[in-house]
Amino acid sequence: MSSLNAQNPTLRRRRAAEARFRRYGAAALALTSLFLAFLIIDIVGKGWPAFVEHRVELPVTLDSRKLAEKNYDGLIKDAIFARFPEAQSRGQRKAVLALFSHSAEQALAAQLAEAPAAAGQTVKAEVLLSDTADLHLKGLSHLADPAAIDALTARLPVTAHFSWRFFSHGDSREAEEAGIRGALIGSLLTVAVALGLGLIFGVAAAIYLEEFAPKNRLTDIIEVNINNLAAVPSIIFGLLGLAVFLNAFGLPRSSPLVGGLVLSLLVLPTIIIAARAALKAVPPSIKEAALGVGASEHQAVFHHVLPLALPGILTGAILGMARAFGETAPLLMIGMVAFIADVPGSISDAATVLPVQIYLWSDLPELAFRSKTAAAIMVLIAVLFAANALAIYLRNRFERRW
Amino acid sequence: MVLLVCSAVAVATTLGILASVLFESFVFFREVPLLSFLFGTQWAPTGSPAAFGILPLLAGTILITVIALITATPLGLFSAIYLSEYATPTLRKSLKPVLELLAGIPTVVLGFFAALTVAPFIRQVGTGLGLDVASESALAAGLVMGMMIVPLISSLSDDIINAVPQSLRDGSLAMGATPSETVKRVVLPAALPGIASAIMLAISRAIGETMIVVMAAGLAANLSFNPLAAVSTITVQIATLLVGDQEFDSDKTLSAFALGLVLFFFTLALNIAALRLVRKYRQHYE
Repeated sequence: MSSLNAQNPTLRRRRAAEARFRRYGAAALALTSLFLAFLIIDIVGKGWPAFVEHRVELPVTLDSRKLAEKNYDGLIKDAIFARFPEAQSRGQRKAVLALFSHSAEQALAAQLAEAPAAAGQTVKAEVLLSDTADLHLKGLSHLADPAAIDALTARLPVTAHFSWRFFSHGDSREAEEAGIRGALIGSLLTVAVALGLGLIFGVAAAIYLEEFAPKNRLTDIIEVNINNLAAVPSIIFGLLGLAVFLNAFGLPRSSPLVGGLVLSLLVLPTIIIAARAALKAVPPSIKEAALGVGASEHQAVFHHVLPLALPGILTGAILGMARAFGETAPLLMIGMVAFIADVPGSISDAATVLPVQIYLWSDLPELAFRSKTAAAIMVLIAVLFAANALAIYLRNRFERRW
Repeated sequence: MVLLVCSAVAVATTLGILASVLFESFVFFREVPLLSFLFGTQWAPTGSPAAFGILPLLAGTILITVIALITATPLGLFSAIYLSEYATPTLRKSLKPVLELLAGIPTVVLGFFAALTVAPFIRQVGTGLGLDVASESALAAGLVMGMMIVPLISSLSDDIINAVPQSLRDGSLAMGATPSETVKRVVLPAALPGIASAIMLAISRAIGETMIVVMAAGLAANLSFNPLAAVSTITVQIATLLVGDQEFDSDKTLSAFALGLVLFFFTLALNIAALRLVRKYRQHYE
């Protein structure tokens, strides 16, 4: 660069403008990446406590009368008060009981059903702490009485465990017991219905439009229609589901069946567009060669073109599945938003899905549900991430250059 | 033949949407006059007497959409320009997944983030500056929605910028223009129709987005253009009116379908216009 040029004011100005412009671009990308990083850090920071739970090992002496009456609640309470003899007034006793989860009773019943013990014996019961005590021990809230917590940790061995309960239990009103199993199974059923129907109709439509359709007004309308459908807001599909599937057809409310139907229509354009691209990528020479050795039009497409396009179609199907898995709004319209503690057993049972569970929990006032919400989000994002990684892997593994 | 029927499912879906939304809306407009729906300034479907004026919801929707676009357009456009004109192939390869990842984040997650992290932050900053900020401000919902749209604008613009023939760039650079001058005076004008259509699609996405606004924007329909106030949108009202048990003959429920009709009409018009624009532009270069 000659010194003459460096002193030229116009050139200097233009160079500065160039550098500035470049910086704007870099800044835009940096800001977007930063947002994503901050979002993920924020969610993980809020969600990790929900994967840990605190339990105590409580020695329960089996009183013969209470055992005969199956009064497990009474047994647990006796065992707790035996450890806190100073709690005499109603208020004090209530404060002590507030440290433990209500689930202790059922846990003890299950434990005794599995390993029966005679009256008078002392068994060790694993008792879950309540959400407030749990949060206190994690240092996240100070709603629990600090003196009671100190007494608890001094008298009973409190241990922290990975919360399998979060994955093995359905929703609950009690924050410490609530898990995502019901929502996960609901999501699985819903997405299975959506993907099954979406794939059948989507691939068939793609084959028709790409391989057989004559160029006329009808196919033109179908094509424009698919493009427009891809951009219709998802909540509108919920209105369709409510008016058609629930009210006109009378299908069961809140069921994965209806949710799956609605989502299959939602992902249909995605699958059609991906499948068409995959079919288009197969060179015409394949089809022509098949036709040349005497295959019929159908045989050429179904025996030769379609198998070669399958990896591409599969990639599109996985991306469509990911979209269906994360969708919330249309499912609110068809009633998948109710509180459901049971794990759904079939596609016609009332169910909820993971994103809707996240929405429901995010609205609850208890602090423990906030970390459960973030933890459920972590699971949701992990599944989506895995699906996308699988799609990318398949694309790289089976992609062919013709 | 079976294949034709399968492709007709897409058409049937559109017709089903239109039929269900139109039918319920007709029933609604027998009860509530069309003019008072379109020009009413009060939205109180559960009040007595109930008021069904869409203007406050339109205002809220427009406000949040504008905030989202002000955030997303520069970010998305500059990202696309940087990725296609400046970034080295390796940088491009590592940054594209970031945008794809952001595009794949479910909106319920963004809604949670907007409501629990961004909104309190904005409120804190605003209060620090002596401003009166609602806890469910339009700004928080709009900003997060803008970030949701960035990948959409950037990936569409990226395609469009890449479709501009290299010869145009070469010509400009050969004349002594700097890369940024080439972008500003040659590439962007050539890509303008495509970018305009990308922004139209982004608007349509923003108008129809539900979860972020349900979780982070308000329920009360205030006729306000103050970004720090709580406003409600069309999608928020549809979602809240139809959640839970509802009898099908009440004005309250039917009004959600009338709102759905308005939403469908707006997004469809934007999509058709955007697709037309792209198609016209493609023919121009082929």
